Formats: sequence, C-alpha cells, structure tokens
Amino acid sequence: MEIFEVIQPGPLTTVQDLGRYGYQQYGVPVSGAMDNYALRVANLLVGNNEGDACLEITLLGLQLRVLEDTLVTITGADLSPTLNKSPLPMWEAVMVSRGGIISFPWPKRGCRSYLAVAGGIDVPKVMGSCSTHVKSRMGGLEGRPLRAGDYLKRGQARPTILGRRLPSQYVPEYQNQSELRVILGPQDDYFTEEGIHTFLRSEYTISIKADRMGYRLEGPRIEHKAGADIISDGIPLGAVQVPGDRLPIVLLADRQTTGGYTKIATVITVDVLKLAQAKPGDKVRFLQITEEEAHRALKEYEQTFYTLKRWIQQGH
Amino acid sequence: MYDKPRFLAGGDKAFFIEFGNAVAPELQHRVQRLMLVIQNEEIPGLVEAIPTYRSLLIHYDPLQTSPKELRDRLESLEQRAEDSEFPKPMVTEIPAVYGGEYGPDLEFVAKHNGLTPEEAVQIHTSATYLIYMIGFLPGQPYLGGMSPRIATPRLETPRSKVLRGSVGIAGNLTGIYAVESPGGWQIIGRTPIKLFDPNKEPPALLQAGNYVTFVRITLQEYTRIEEMLQQGIYKVKETQMA
Repeated sequence: MEIFEVIQPGPLTTVQDLGRYGYQQYGVPVSGAMDNYALRVANLLVGNNEGDACLEITLLGLQLRVLEDTLVTITGADLSPTLNKSPLPMWEAVMVSRGGIISFPWPKRGCRSYLAVAGGIDVPKVMGSCSTHVKSRMGGLEGRPLRAGDYLKRGQARPTILGRRLPSQYVPEYQNQSELRVILGPQDDYFTEEGIHTFLRSEYTISIKADRMGYRLEGPRIEHKAGADIISDGIPLGAVQVPGDRLPIVLLADRQTTGGYTKIATVITVDVLKLAQAKPGDKVRFLQITEEEAHRALKEYEQTFYTLKRWIQQGH
Repeated sequence: MYDKPRFLAGGDKAFFIEFGNAVAPELQHRVQRLMLVIQNEEIPGLVEAIPTYRSLLIHYDPLQTSPKELRDRLESLEQRAEDSEFPKPMVTEIPAVYGGEYGPDLEFVAKHNGLTPEEAVQIHTSATYLIYMIGFLPGQPYLGGMSPRIATPRLETPRSKVLRGSVGIAGNLTGIYAVESPGGWQIIGRTPIKLFDPNKEPPALLQAGNYVTFVRITLQEYTRIEEMLQQGIYKVKETQMA
C-alpha cells in the first residue's frame, strides 16, 4: 500500500533497518541505522518488529505527503517535526491522516531522526536486509537516497494501540560533548606511548567530513612508531583508524569491510549510538575501558531495552 | 608466520585472529582453512567472519557467548584445521579485452617497463593469481602473483569514475573493479564478467583462497559474452587447481 509521497527529500534520507549481516566476507558493508536504539524504539511503538525498515532522516529537509491514514512514530534527533505545520510529538505513536504533510524543517538536537510506520517501509530485501548502502547502490529504494516524487509503500500493519509513548527516562538526551569509551587495539602497538596518551587525553572535534561511513576528527595528531600502513584487515563498527595524517577517523555503519590503516581502538557499541547523533562541531573524548566493562555496559543496555520492549508490548 | 595465532581486540563485538604479518600465500591458506572450518561448524554466538591477508575478523554476540569461550573454541578448531583435508582451490578464467578504449593505460604500462603492449598483455595473461581476499567494496578481489616486469605506479591523478570490470595495475598488484568507483589504478583492459550480483548466493563470483587467470578476447567476443550474460546463458569457466 502506498503510504507516502516524497515532496522534498532533504540532503540525505534513506531506508534503513538493523543492517546486512553475513556478507562482509564478500566485501558487502553492513550499513543499517546509525542509531539503532532510536530505530528499534520507533518500530516497537507502532507495533512493528524492532528491526523493520524505517526512514533515517539526516538533519533536515524531508517533506512527505501522507497518502493513507496511518500510525507513525518519530524518534532520534529532534528535527522539529510537524504535521500540517503543527508540532508532531516524538517518541510516541501518532495517527496521521490522508493528505497531511509531515515536515522536518530544522535540527534542534541530534543529527538523525527515524520515522517508523505501522507495517514498516516496504522495499525489497537484498541479502536479507532493507538497508540502503548508497556507495554500492544497494538496498532501500533502488540503492539510493529518497528523491522528490518517490512513492513509499508500507507492509501489513499489525493491530496495535494508539498513543503508545516512551516514558521520558528512556528518551536519550543528545549532547554536544560526548565521552566515548574505547577498547584499545587491534594496532595500539603501532603507536608510541606519547601517541596513546594524546589519543586518550585530548578533546577532538567532529569535522565536516562526517557521514554514515565515518567521522573524521580534528585535534592533536597521534604519533605512530613507524608508519600508518598495515596489511589490510577487517574493520569492526566503531574502529578508530589513524591514517598517515595522524588524525583519527571513527568508522561507522557504511564503512568499507577492510582497510589498510592502523586502528588504535574501537568505540564500544553503546557509545557508537552517541556518535550517530553527534554533528560536525561537536566534541568528543576517548576513555579506555576493558572488554569486561564494555560487555557489562552492553548487557545493561540490552536489559533496559528488553524491559522497555516488554512494557510496550504489554499494551502501555 | 607467528608460532601461535595472536588474538587482537576489535571492540566489544569482534576480535581478530592474526597468523603473521606478511603478504604470503602460506598465511592466506591458513586464514582460509580456518574460514572453511568455521563455515562447517555450528558455533554459538558467532555472527560472521571476514578473512583477509593474514587474519580473520570474528564478529560475535557477547550476549550469547563469552569471548574467552569463543577464542578457546577457535584455537582448537585452528589446530584441528592443520590436519584436515580441504577441497582443491578453483581457478576462474576471466576473459578480458586489452588496450584501446577498454584499456587506456596499457601503452603507458608497457612503455614504463620497456615492453611492447603485446608483451605486457602476454605477461599479464600468463600468470595464475591467488585471491588473497575480497574486500573494501562488494566483490572486489585482491590478487597476488603479478610479475614485477609489468609493475607500474598508480596514476598521479585518480579517475573520478572507473567502469565496472576494468582490469588494472597498481604498483605490483593487479585487480578488477567489481563495481564502478573512483580509482587510481592503471587500466589495461576490461572484462564483461560481473564479479558481484546482489541477487546471487553467494553474491561475489570470486572467493578468497581461489585463483584467477586472464584470457585475452577480442571486442566481438566481449560483446558476445555480454549478450550471453544478459540472456543468462554464459557460464564462467572454472576448473579445479591441478
């Protein structure tokens, strides 16, 4: 069923789910929602599976015409969403009527907003996922960002409850300054002691070269022992790559599967979510933790999410 | 090659198993053996693995397994892999048109090495290349085994668009552009064969650990293969390694 007509796409609006797994050995990037907490919550609130396809809206500009009455939820960055020019509540399942215009005029807080529709955005699955990887023209809507004049379909909606709203303690507050916890390695031994200190004790600014593939940071340069090149190996989510210019790049959802530059550390999974909502000009610092501490943080996060999921599904 | 594989940190959902620090067929074979063993085992919590020149990046779910448990399991599988029998690798034949419009840098590559274009093509088509890994972009092979007699530095200014199927040289490496992308390799030819098709399983034609050879074809043959590919009646030639 056609549900939206795209009036204006904004600079980058794509269809995303939780990503494409199992194909990295063939060079296929994972892609998927940058902020998967926001995507999962948006889906649950409209009665979808947590990993259904949503729209990921970057910063501003998206305008949609609603073609059928439907339930939607907007989560993630606050891009001042409106329905027919009246503010549209976020983190809440709301009904939008046929003919209505949903707009995201300007970013108040955060970087990426998610729009879930009951039934999920319906695009063909490619290698098991609906996620768009623009660079390799794969997934989503013909492998590309939305364009004016596109029509979006939705899947079969499940019976659900109107007005489900996320309790405020579960709504994240996006900051302009983040502390990112990291586990050192795999190539931390390619850096001098001084280099490791610089990395862990300095403040870095997110540069304008920040996209779904990775964020280039500006700040003090990190000293290598010899050089920045390695024999290419795999790249995990959140890897902090330090190439020849000695400035860190944090690699994110659309990252290439392999690379030939030293990786000093990896940002832990739950803190990648903070970066997903950070913008050029925002500041970050890195804090070293152990693998055990990172796993405790991840388990806590998943436990909270599970509690939330049960609470939503019990009809609140 | 290290005496014992090294486990390196890759965040809270991944780690590396590294076998050495060199580009060498023996290291690639060791990586490939472990990859094959992993693919044939049910390993709880293992999400996927990326095999590369001298290591595997193991993605796992820490909610389902502890990294210690998984590392121990992989270590014992790796020891077992040493004594196991594996199928012989396959050699895929890549037909390519050399020079002219499809290989604009062939002349330069030849001249740089004091050869005629014919000689350069002859050298390029006479080797069997090991696929060290597939990576960076979908279906992109990293090939080893090119003769140093045709090694040529990259272009000073990369092209903003290199067409899919372009066969190139960069330093002492040769490769094929699996998808259209910007690039600085010296382009000596082009193949009509599609190295990546998202609708196929697996989506990549080539796999790490196997080999490729290049066969020179004419423009007419190129067109004919392209037509046959469109009709779905072309079969890429594969043979078992002797």
